[in-house]
This record gives sequence, structure tokens and C-alpha cells, in this order.
Amino acid sequence: MAEPGIAIRVRGLRNGFGDQIVHEALDLDVREGEIIGIVGGSGTGKSVLMRSIIGLQTPLAGSIEILGDDVAEMDAATARELRGRWGVLFQDGALFSSLTVAENIEVPMREFLGLSDGLMMELAGYKVAMVGLPADAAPKFPSELSGGMRKRAGLARALALDPKLLFLDEPTAGLDPISAAAFDELIRELQQTLGLTVFLITHDLDTLHAICDRVAVIADKKVLAVGTIAELRAFDHDWVQAYFAGPRGRAAATPAGVAAVPAGVSA
Amino acid sequence: MTAPAIEDSAAATGTRRIAMSGDLTMASIGTIAAPLRAIAPAGERLTIDLSKVDGFDTAGAWIIHRLATDWTAAGVPAEIENASPDAQRLIATVAANDHPITMRAPRGNLIVDRLVRIGAALVAAADNLGAFLAFLGQTMVVVFQTVIGRRSLRRNAFVHQCEAIGVSALGIVGLLLFLVGIVVAQQGATQLRQFGAEVFVVNLVGRSIARELGVLLTAIMVAGRSASAFAAQIGSMKLNQEIDALSTIGLSPIEVLVVPRVAAMALMLTLLGFYGIVMAILGGGVFAWVALDIPPVSFFARLQEVTPLSDLIIGLVKAPVFGIIIAMMGCFQGLQVTGNAESVGERTTRAVVESIFAVIVLDAFFAVFFTALGYV
Repeated sequence: MAEPGIAIRVRGLRNGFGDQIVHEALDLDVREGEIIGIVGGSGTGKSVLMRSIIGLQTPLAGSIEILGDDVAEMDAATARELRGRWGVLFQDGALFSSLTVAENIEVPMREFLGLSDGLMMELAGYKVAMVGLPADAAPKFPSELSGGMRKRAGLARALALDPKLLFLDEPTAGLDPISAAAFDELIRELQQTLGLTVFLITHDLDTLHAICDRVAVIADKKVLAVGTIAELRAFDHDWVQAYFAGPRGRAAATPAGVAAVPAGVSA
Repeated sequence: MTAPAIEDSAAATGTRRIAMSGDLTMASIGTIAAPLRAIAPAGERLTIDLSKVDGFDTAGAWIIHRLATDWTAAGVPAEIENASPDAQRLIATVAANDHPITMRAPRGNLIVDRLVRIGAALVAAADNLGAFLAFLGQTMVVVFQTVIGRRSLRRNAFVHQCEAIGVSALGIVGLLLFLVGIVVAQQGATQLRQFGAEVFVVNLVGRSIARELGVLLTAIMVAGRSASAFAAQIGSMKLNQEIDALSTIGLSPIEVLVVPRVAAMALMLTLLGFYGIVMAILGGGVFAWVALDIPPVSFFARLQEVTPLSDLIIGLVKAPVFGIIIAMMGCFQGLQVTGNAESVGERTTRAVVESIFAVIVLDAFFAVFFTALGYV
């Protein structure tokens, strides 16, 4: 049975397409109430890992337990119920393009809850405000929104049912640094007020430093290391070193990014 | 999970107490939201007691927050008691996010709305016509430049399109026209049998198919297959900014995408039309042989006697015209795609419907025209 305190437990995961193996004997534990950042080079299968956890990709082998239930052995009703307990934000929001923002947020509510239209509109209303969308954004269609606003709307839809678990695929990719920092802040704040467990795929070192409790590095087809950034900096592996100790990694580590001048260099 | 419940002290004076119990979550508040709102504000003050609440999330926080603000607004100051720290935090969060928000686009007057829609549709139709004429002009300029050698025809694209439009359609067009030939012969024979004139089936099949049906049905089939494909392909490219990329590289989308398709379609529809005519006549011939005992030799001998060459020429002259109009409609609708995936679907439908419509209208013109010229 599941240990308490573990939200997602992956054991011996094996994924592949044809001859190409993406994951081999991959293990990962995500603790309840933490923000875990998933990093790895392009093509190491970060998104594939997320897709197998949320059931969009059937793994070749291995087991995945989410909130104590084994995904593979789940019957349809439990699986459906589980889908009401997680929210997923895809890279570009994946909003339904023929529905307005408000209707997008109401889709999961309509599907899972028998609420009256008026109440649903109110609940969707504070979600719109909570993710920081402007007051006139709700009746707009996704094509009328900017990239950053689409992501916020996608986040509002992911949070529609007050999930316990939130999956974010590159939430800050394609945002300007100010919006990205604001989005990081938003995720942190929501995670704390709503008590979320967040599974976050990112390339953004600033995001990792700003909001992640732990970081998991995927390389060589498995989770190479999990830990705080300080622990990972001490980890002896070429890719991990290059990632965290490279110029960008160092810049992001400095609290005020502008002061990233090595000690001993006089102006 | 415990069902939510409301205990109301119902004191008309003094302090009113509303105690909530059970789960106040997304999944459960549906049943209590309405009764809670139905309680009319009364008394001097309201105390909302949350001591017996089990589950609590933002939905619960929202209805408690609304209860408190609604009563306060009605002149009964409300306070929340015995809320857990988590509940307090959630209530504070939703309270901070309770802004007036427009959730639906405001709806106007019904009649004005209708009129606006009619007007907008008219303007859109006029715009569309204008855009099509502009597209026609641009395409003609590029075609002319290609003909005089200032631009080159994209050979690879042309050959690829020939395969997609023509070769891949051989099976379905052949089968369809073969069946049509059988149907024409069979229906004709049933009627002609009444006069003992079954042998005139050959006239019927030969003339109607060579002159009208063969090319018309092939064109409709190809419009369904390829106009939709053009609109969807070019439309997706437009959404993916590939058309913009072409322009910025300095390539004309008309030259790269439209002209090869139009040229390939004009050529292929002519060839497919001929092939369709042959297959339909074969179908009629097979039916005549099997059901009417007219042997193939006499069928074809008679076919040669009764079907003038002009019928076949009239049939085939129409084919490239149909081809050009089908390809232009498909490409035009593809280039008109804007915004989202829904637009691709809508434009694809329009490409098929409008190109088939145009083909049939043009065919009617041709029929009147050639008859007036004396080809009967």
C-alpha cells in the first residue's frame, strides 16, 4: 500500500517508441505538498514521463501510483475520479479554441459536478481573478489572448476542480522574463494557499531557483538525481554540472541576477 | 466524505447563527449553495460557525465568503467563527479575488442583434468576393509570368500534386463511373424496353456520358477529394505561420502553393475525365452484354456510329475549366483561414460546397452554350 506523504510513486518505468527506449527502470517519488521540478536535456523524455503519469501514454513496463492508487490496475470509474483530482497545464495552454475562456474553465465543472449555471459562473469567476487574468478576459476566445494570458487561462482550467495535484509542462516557456517571474510567483502562491503538489517540467533555471522545493534530473533514461539545487550542484555528473554551474545556472543562482559578476573582479 | 448540512438558529432578532457541517468542497456544495442563499438576512448580526466542517476547498470558501458579504451588504454584519487556519487562508484568498468580472459577452437587443448579423454576413460575403477576385488576379499574373518564363513552374510540387490529385484518385473515380455507367444503362433499358427499343441504350450511354456525366461526376468527385485537401493543407500552413515564412523568405505563396496545384488539377482532371468516360462506357457495355445480350463488338460498333467525336471533345473541353475553378476555390479558402482550428474546418467545407456549386453552374452554361453553337 502507498506510503503516506507520497503523491506520485513511479517504479521501474520503461517507455519507448519502436526500437528507441526513452526510459529504462526509472524511479521517482513526488512528495505531497512539494513543487518538484523536472529537468533534462531536450529529448530525454521529460514530457513522456509526464504523459505516462497522467495516462496519455501507456508504459511498456513499470508501475505508477498516484495518490495511493495504481494507475494500471484502476477501473474506469476510479480513473475518472482521479482525473478530477489533478489538473494539467499543457505547454501552450491547450485551451479549447471554440470555447471562451470562461467556458473553458467551466468544462471540467460541467463534466464532474452538478452545479447550477450561476454558481458555476461565480466559481469560474474567482478562478479567473485568482490566476491574474484581467476582468474582461473571460468572454474572449483563446485566439484573442496573448501567450501569457493563454497560459493563465489554461492554469485556471487546470485548477477548476481544486485539484490536489498540478502538472505543468514548461509553464514559463515563451514568456517574457517579467511575465515568467510573475507566473512563478503565481504558482508558488497558489501552491501554498491551495496546498497543491506540483509536478513541473521546465528549462527555466530562474523558475527552478524561485519555486522548486526539489529538482529531479532526467538523464541516461532514468532519474539521475533528486534533491535541492544545492545538493545537485554538488552532484558529480557532467550534464548536471554543466546545467547548474554553467553561465546561465550561475546567473540564476545569484539572488539579484544583475550582480552575477564573479567575486574578485573589480568594476 | 460527509454530506454538507446547514443548521440555522433562525433567530429573528439578536444574533443569528448559521452553523455549517460536513464537506464544503467543489463536489458537495451543489446541494447547499441554493438553500444557503435562500435564507433571507434578518437579525442584528450573523455568526457563521465552521467548527463542524470536514473538507474545505475554494468552492466552500467562496460560498461562505459570499454568505458573509451578502448579509453584510444587507445591513447584517457577519463574522466567521471557528474556521481552521487552512479555511481562513482560503477564505482570504477568494475574498481577495472577488472582483466584478464579465463572464459572458453582453447580449444586445434581439432584433438589433439579428440585423447586425445579417449586415455582417452581407459585408463578409462582399469582402469574400473582393478577396476572391484579388486572388484570381494575383494568380493570373503569376500564371502569365510563368507562361512567359519570368517565373518557373515548381516542377516537383507539380508532379507531386499530379500524383495526389490524379493517380491516387484512379481507383475511386474508376469504380464510381463504372457503377454510374451500369445505372444509366439499366435505367435507360427499363424505359426503352416499353418501346422495344433496348438497342438505343448505346446512344443513351454513349452520348450522355461522353458529353455530360463523365466529366461532371469526375469533377465532383475530385472537388470532394482535392479541394478539401487543398483548403485543409494550406489552412494549417497558414495557422502554423508557414505562409508568412514563405513570404519573408521572398517566395510568393501563389507561385509555390497555388500555381502548381491549379496546373496539376487542370491537367489531371482532363485525364481523369477521359478515364472516367471510358470506365462509365465500359460499365454500360458490361450491363448491355450481361443483361441485354448486346455483345461487346456490336456495342462498340454502334457506339462509334451514334456518338459524334464532338460529344467527347465538348466533354473534355470542360474538364480543365472545372479543374482550374476547383483548385482555385480550394487554395483560396485555405488562404482565408484565420485564428483557430475551427476556421480550417469551416473553410474546408466551404471549399467543397462552393467548388461543386461552381462546377455545376459552369456546366449548365457550357450546355446552353454548345447547344446554341449548333452541337446537338
